[in-house]
Amino acid sequence: MFANLTNGIDFQARALLVRSERQRVIASNIANVDTPGYVGRDINFKEAMSAALHPSELSVTLAQPQGAIASGVTQPGHIPLQSTLGMLGNGSTSLAYTQQVQPAMDGNSVDLDHERANFVDNSVRYEATLRFISGESKTILSAIQGQ
Amino acid sequence: MSMFSIFNVSGSAISSQAQRLNVVASNLANADAVAGPDGKGYKARQVVFQTVPMDSEASSGVKVSAIEESQEPLKRAYQPGHPMADSDGYITQSNVNPVEEMVNMISASRSYQNNVEVMNTAKTLLLKTLQLGQ
Repeated sequence: MFANLTNGIDFQARALLVRSERQRVIASNIANVDTPGYVGRDINFKEAMSAALHPSELSVTLAQPQGAIASGVTQPGHIPLQSTLGMLGNGSTSLAYTQQVQPAMDGNSVDLDHERANFVDNSVRYEATLRFISGESKTILSAIQGQ
Repeated sequence: MSMFSIFNVSGSAISSQAQRLNVVASNLANADAVAGPDGKGYKARQVVFQTVPMDSEASSGVKVSAIEESQEPLKRAYQPGHPMADSDGYITQSNVNPVEEMVNMISASRSYQNNVEVMNTAKTLLLKTLQLGQ
C-alpha cells in the first residue's frame, strides 16, 4: 500500500519534467526567431510522456529532416549526441519539427504567434501540474495526520 | 533543473538583439554622414544571426556571427555649396536607408521584449516550483 502512496505524485513529476523540457524548446524557438535558416522544434507531449512513463522501451524516435543522420553521427568515429529527454531515465526522445505556417524568405520556419501561444499554454499546464502535485501531497499529509 | 538553461538561451537572444539595436543606432546616427575627400562614405551595417547549440539538443541559443557592410552604392547629392563637394558639385553620403533601419529597430525591440517575457515566465515557473509543498 505504501508503495502506491506516491504513484500519483510520481506521474505528475514526470509530466513536469516533460513540460519543462518543452518550455526550453519553445524558448529556443523564440530566441531564434530572427536566425536565417532556423527550423523550429517542438516536443510531441504524448510520445514524450509515454516514453517518460515506460523507461524500459529504449526507442529513439528523434525526428530528423530527410538526408540527415540521427544523433548527428556522420562518421564512424563520431560520438552520438546526447538525447534531449535523457534525464527522464531512458534516453528516448521525441523532439520533432514545427510545421511551417507561412514561408519566409530567410528559410526560418518559426511562427512567433504560434510559439508565444505554445509558450503560454505550456506554462499554464506546467503550473497546473504543480498544483496537482501540491494538492496530492496535501491529501497524503492529511491522510497521515488523520485530522 | 533543466529549465535554468532558458536563461542562457533567452539571454543569448537578448544580447544578440541588443547588438542588432546597437548597429541600427550607429546606422541611423551616420545616415547623413558625408564622405571625406577619399570618397569613402559610411556603409550601412547589418548583423548576421546564427544558431548556437547549447547543452542539449532541446535548447539552442543565438549569436551574432558577423557584421556585414551593405554593398548598396553610396548616395550622391548635388550640393555645390557644400565644403566636401567634388569638382562637379556632388557630395557622397552614406548608403543608409532610414526607413529600413527604423523597421529593423522595431523588429529588434519586439524580439528583445519577447525574450524578456520568456525569461520572466521561466523565472515565475521556477519560483513556483521552489514553493512547492508550502
